[in-house]
Amino acid sequence: MPYKLVCGLEIHAEVKTNSKMFCSCKNDPFGAEKPNIYTCPVCLGMPGGLPVANRKAIELTIKLGLALNCQINLFSKFDRKNYFYPDLAKGYQISQFDIPFCHDGYIDTSEGRVGIHRIHLEEDTAKLSHQEIDLDGDGELEKVTLVDFNRSSVPLIEIVTEPDIKSATQAKEYGQKLRQIMRYLDIADCDMEKGGMRLEANISLRKESRTELPDYKVECKNINSFKFLEAAIKFEIDRQTEILQNGSTPIQETRGYNPSTGKTFSQRSKEDAADYRYFPDPDLPPIEFTQAEIDTIKNKIGELPDAKSVRFTKEYNLNEKSAKDLTINRTESVFFEEVLSLAKNESLECQKVINSLLNKKIEFSFEEKAADVLARFKTATTSDTVDTKELQITIDKVLSANQDAVDKYKAGKTAVAGFLIGQVMKELGKKVDIAIVREQLVASLS
Amino acid sequence: MSVNNTQVKHIAQLANIPVTEEESVKLAEAFTETLIVVDRLKKAGANKTAITHQVTGFKNILRDDVVKPEQSFTQEEALANAKSTYNGFFVVPYVLQNKDN
Amino acid sequence: MKLNELTLKESIDALDKKEVKIEEIYEDLDQVYQAKNKDLNIYLSVNKEALNEAKKASQKPLRGLPIAVKDNFCTIGLPTTASSNVLDGFMPAYESTVTKKLKENGGVIFGKTNMDAWAHGSSTETSDFGRTLNPRNIEHLPGGSSGGSAAAIAADMSIAAIGSETAGSIRQPAAWCGTVGFKPSYGRVSRFGVVSMASSTDSPGPLTKTVEDACLLLNAFAGPDERDATCNVEKSPDFTSFIGQSIKGMKIGVVYQDVKEIGETNQKLLQELNILKELGAEVEIVKAMDPHHAIGVYTVVQRAEVSSNLARYDGIRYGKDRSFFGEEGKKRIMLGTYTLTKGHADQYYNLAQKVRTLYLENYKELFKKYDILVSPTSPSYAKKIGASLDAAMFGELEDMLLEPSSITGLPGINVPFYRDETSNLYLGASFVAPMWKEESIIKVADAFEKNTKWNSWRNK
Repeated sequence: MPYKLVCGLEIHAEVKTNSKMFCSCKNDPFGAEKPNIYTCPVCLGMPGGLPVANRKAIELTIKLGLALNCQINLFSKFDRKNYFYPDLAKGYQISQFDIPFCHDGYIDTSEGRVGIHRIHLEEDTAKLSHQEIDLDGDGELEKVTLVDFNRSSVPLIEIVTEPDIKSATQAKEYGQKLRQIMRYLDIADCDMEKGGMRLEANISLRKESRTELPDYKVECKNINSFKFLEAAIKFEIDRQTEILQNGSTPIQETRGYNPSTGKTFSQRSKEDAADYRYFPDPDLPPIEFTQAEIDTIKNKIGELPDAKSVRFTKEYNLNEKSAKDLTINRTESVFFEEVLSLAKNESLECQKVINSLLNKKIEFSFEEKAADVLARFKTATTSDTVDTKELQITIDKVLSANQDAVDKYKAGKTAVAGFLIGQVMKELGKKVDIAIVREQLVASLS
Repeated sequence: MSVNNTQVKHIAQLANIPVTEEESVKLAEAFTETLIVVDRLKKAGANKTAITHQVTGFKNILRDDVVKPEQSFTQEEALANAKSTYNGFFVVPYVLQNKDN
Repeated sequence: MKLNELTLKESIDALDKKEVKIEEIYEDLDQVYQAKNKDLNIYLSVNKEALNEAKKASQKPLRGLPIAVKDNFCTIGLPTTASSNVLDGFMPAYESTVTKKLKENGGVIFGKTNMDAWAHGSSTETSDFGRTLNPRNIEHLPGGSSGGSAAAIAADMSIAAIGSETAGSIRQPAAWCGTVGFKPSYGRVSRFGVVSMASSTDSPGPLTKTVEDACLLLNAFAGPDERDATCNVEKSPDFTSFIGQSIKGMKIGVVYQDVKEIGETNQKLLQELNILKELGAEVEIVKAMDPHHAIGVYTVVQRAEVSSNLARYDGIRYGKDRSFFGEEGKKRIMLGTYTLTKGHADQYYNLAQKVRTLYLENYKELFKKYDILVSPTSPSYAKKIGASLDAAMFGELEDMLLEPSSITGLPGINVPFYRDETSNLYLGASFVAPMWKEESIIKVADAFEKNTKWNSWRNK
């Protein structure tokens, strides 16, 4: 390819707080049973409604910034971004203009470092949906837009990268890592299907030999999965390459991505670039942190997935792939570490234990005790013999003594099989092949 | 500093205020009259002075993350003053999804 | 004497001594309302439940007494329009903090008063629901934007009233109507539920017959509010405790602006201020920063904030669409928009905020030497009706003497100090103190009021 990708991402995530960003309404737009039930004068933009900022949302923003190696602005403020749209209750969005809470951080990916330009906090807009309804009762349907303000003023973090991304796969990896960290820190659920995390990519190409940024950029919006992000960037690389090879320059514009065609499409050109008339929100006094307060937040971060995975490889002698798999999710990683540390104490080979868990050779659930799971591993790997008859007697005995578990199993909770297997093994008092026990037990249950 | 009615029409668009041709001429005159008064600020000798946005000097006036249902509207209250509603939603003429964000 | 002519303090005392019944006060008030409201156009709506509410509030500090409330305070059960067609018929399902606290303290909303639409003006002529006339002389304007509330007091059509000020909107109509108007420090009173005009200077406050009445009202509604982040979190003092205090030894600076239009008013005020000297205060003339720059600062900052604050009125969730804004509103929204656009923000908005700093610094210097500054409130008497209609900067010029203290958030009060025999129109004195020092204002204004012969309720 004669051209190199120049790409930056802007990612929005709804912050997990109890209440909204600037009022005390419930922050639960996805859980709300009806539209417009979590609103008040503030988030409905009624006369005299005044914003008061949510301390927790600010702290979580700074926590994310610290986790992403950012500098923190000790002095910060909120600004008004003025524009009109039916989803914007006040005719302006409270955001941050020139002094975001965090700036100049990074995330390392397997294809290199992605710089983080800034992280700021703002409020979400209302949710629009489009329907054809018979509004005036004349029997004719008209196309309208419906507005639900349950989402209005929900705290929203925006993370903007430098134009450091060099490939579609790197963009995907960056996004996944960011989501993982936000979930680790319990900052956001990042449910992309519902719109809890929204991706935008700024995509342009430059000649292999050049170093300066291209003189245009195409903004791809409303992408709701990492797969689509990757596909949209790949599509854009091809589309823009063709244009450049024909000797023209791609138009600076906003494009959407259509998952069913796998193509991006033009939404609007940037010619009418908006003038947002930013100015400091006079309703909100500025925010000033001390370094000590920042340090306190920093101390609450705990171990992040990358660090944990490196530690796992060292401490438990695991391969990199397994260590990564075990640290995808924070609660699961805690469980795995309990198993690992017990295994290590008993001088078992950790990699072997983990292999049998990840390959599902050993059935387990995260609700179980680590010791029980490890016990099953040991049983499975050192086996005595047992004849079918003896085993059936034991199984029958266990099943009649555990009617509850049997009922649960029959109601579809197949995970209790693990428990019943455990009981059978205990009763047998032998280390028999767990696969045989499982097979016969399942047969007896059905 | 003077403002012409082409500028006024651009501002009207930004401000989402419908303005007729006749009004735009009148507004341009009023703007110019006002800006002459405002332009005297340049003589106040404040170029290097710090900016004051808020006079109280307050900082860090924040809320705890607590839901207060008593401060929220019921759906009926939220919709009570609206021109057009449907099944608990506000209704507006059809627009494209997500202008920003 | 009619009972509606009582001051708030007198009413409370008379009720406590059982000399009068609350029903009798409301009866007299209703009479004057019926007789005069149609012509003066003071109230836009009245509370039909007022007397019933009053009867239930007899044990509370304000005893169920009737209060006139400017129509930019959101009130449950009464429409709130800010005198604009855009909000015609708007019924809020929430109460402003000021009226909520007022009710908790036994105040009863008698009705909602007319104002300049969106509080944009100093005449109450820009109301979409018709102008209010000055009860002292109906050929003249009441001033504004709280003109309805000032007129309600001057016409004895309420016992006390509430208004709001962004730059002069309490003190100037008080001066033109010959009443007391008290703008507390910005942040002393919550703005929650008050239709925002310029967020960084909006200050609700009382319009009353006496300084003491103003303190009684402030006690009811000033203080912290978790729903307004710009509201002072510290408890406010008992304002009435500063009534009747000695002003001996206090240092009072007379801000003498040598402007032709103010000449006569300056002279009359200087003469009247001898009262303060006789009471033991030190009074001397000081030179303050040219108020003309404050006009520029206010014009830019106010319009910039207005352009953003009024963006919410799109007719979707409530109210009517943006074509219903009146001429003045459109003008201010668009000028504010202009001053914030790319390429103009530095020249206008940012420069104005810098000059604002100069005024803060100037006051800091002045208050090193003086406890209180005094000047005329308005350059002269109330202007004739129609005066505001073709002057783009009418309000700014009328409020010139108040704007330096408005843009710096300082507390200030108007106290009547002269009445012209022929026109029956008043001149007012403006006392300004450092931030949060309402105490000094109350001491001096109360002493001044008690010793002039110009308070029409004290000198009946």
